Amino acid sequence: MIHRFANPTRFLRLADRIQPWAAGLTVVLGGAGLYFALFSSPADYQQGETVRIMYIHVPSAWMALFCYTALAAACATALIWKHPLADLAARATAPIGACFTLLALATGSLWGKPMWGTWWVWDARLTSVLILFFLYLGYMALNGAFDDPERGQKASAILALVGFINVPIIKFSVDWWNTLHQPASVIKMGGPAIHPSMLTPLLLMAFAFKAYFVWVLLMRMRGEINAMKIRAVRLRQVHAAEATSADAGAATGEAR
Amino acid sequence: MSGMETFLEMGGHAGYIWPAYGIVALVLAGLWLASRRFVRASNAELEDLNPRARRKRGSGDEA
Amino acid sequence: MKRKHKRLTFVFIALLLLGSAAALVLTAFEDNIVFFYSPTELAEKSPGPNQRLRIGGLVEDGSVAKPGDGVVTFKITDTASTVPVRYKGILPDLFREGQGVVAEGRMRDGVFQADEVLAKHDENYMPPEVAEAIKKTGQWKGQGDAPGAAQGKSE
Repeated sequence: MIHRFANPTRFLRLADRIQPWAAGLTVVLGGAGLYFALFSSPADYQQGETVRIMYIHVPSAWMALFCYTALAAACATALIWKHPLADLAARATAPIGACFTLLALATGSLWGKPMWGTWWVWDARLTSVLILFFLYLGYMALNGAFDDPERGQKASAILALVGFINVPIIKFSVDWWNTLHQPASVIKMGGPAIHPSMLTPLLLMAFAFKAYFVWVLLMRMRGEINAMKIRAVRLRQVHAAEATSADAGAATGEAR
Repeated sequence: MSGMETFLEMGGHAGYIWPAYGIVALVLAGLWLASRRFVRASNAELEDLNPRARRKRGSGDEA
Repeated sequence: MKRKHKRLTFVFIALLLLGSAAALVLTAFEDNIVFFYSPTELAEKSPGPNQRLRIGGLVEDGSVAKPGDGVVTFKITDTASTVPVRYKGILPDLFREGQGVVAEGRMRDGVFQADEVLAKHDENYMPPEVAEAIKKTGQWKGQGDAPGAAQGKSE
């Protein structure tokens, strides 16, 4: 199915149809999520009002992991199947994932200070998420580091795939090692450990973030496809100029 | 008014909760704006290189 | 078709090797990755008096005392073993009996001298009324009440 959308024009037509829905869902779900998160949900028996930070911290963390998985999948597709749009999808995803990771770290820190008593600890969960942030930055840096864009794509794709081992480490860090960060509350054996009145804003914000991701991803894909076309046009111009000067050189050579 | 004050105070944890929501709004809005600028700039550049208007308007009218 | 399969196999093997390498590295650094030891694990390790480490567990009910001069003493338990702790400094908001804590410091003469005490909360989230209701049925398995609720008991 993905090969059907190897054609950029066909992909852009689909993107044009989807984008308004993604935008609408982001606003509606985000608005509803914020209403429940800030107004229509109770304080926690243990953490009081700071539990409201969970409604933006957890969705950010979920998106950080989701985006990296998408990035790794796109890079694998580019390396193995040489799908023409896969590299562009990877480039478009990376900055979004980096932003969500930064938000997970920042909101987590603001939540940790009042609850744990510290802004930061080097436990397995926090350290591995910081590493994830560096992986995103590394991918973006490596991607643009080469004159030849294809070499940049390949090098950064390998980094992204190698770094994927970090994703299960992040997820299971709170189970494998003693950490300050608490274990999972939603996706765990025995069902969620969150009261429904709090699960509602959490899930609304999670889906709002997902819709936002699709919205921004489609925008960035359009930009990446344009950039690809611009490179192609410029390359043709350079070749045309070289051909003309070669002809001119040959003509001059004969005249001499 | 006391209801609004209680809400803004967030049980004494306002100094953590509002900056958290603030930074999320800032970063997500910023990313969206930067992405929009990216698309618009590349659209403009592509239009410069491959003007479609030339075929429609005829030559000499380019702004 | 053949070349794609070769690339696939190569990537798969590379990931497998990487996974094994990561597993090896992580087990080798186990000691450093562990953020804290439980009282039982601490007893097994019996660290020297100058070794800095962290212990974590629950604050034992009835063990919190304030002998004066800003000092707090309490016991950390994992229900199997207990470690007495001595600490001078600011306690986190969530600190109270029955709450999870992580203390960082050194063992001296059987007492853990803590430089820092952090609160560790569990993964349960619910409104106060629900917590009260569960406590009334006697089925409460979570950590302590909201801060301030236990003040009535202490001296």
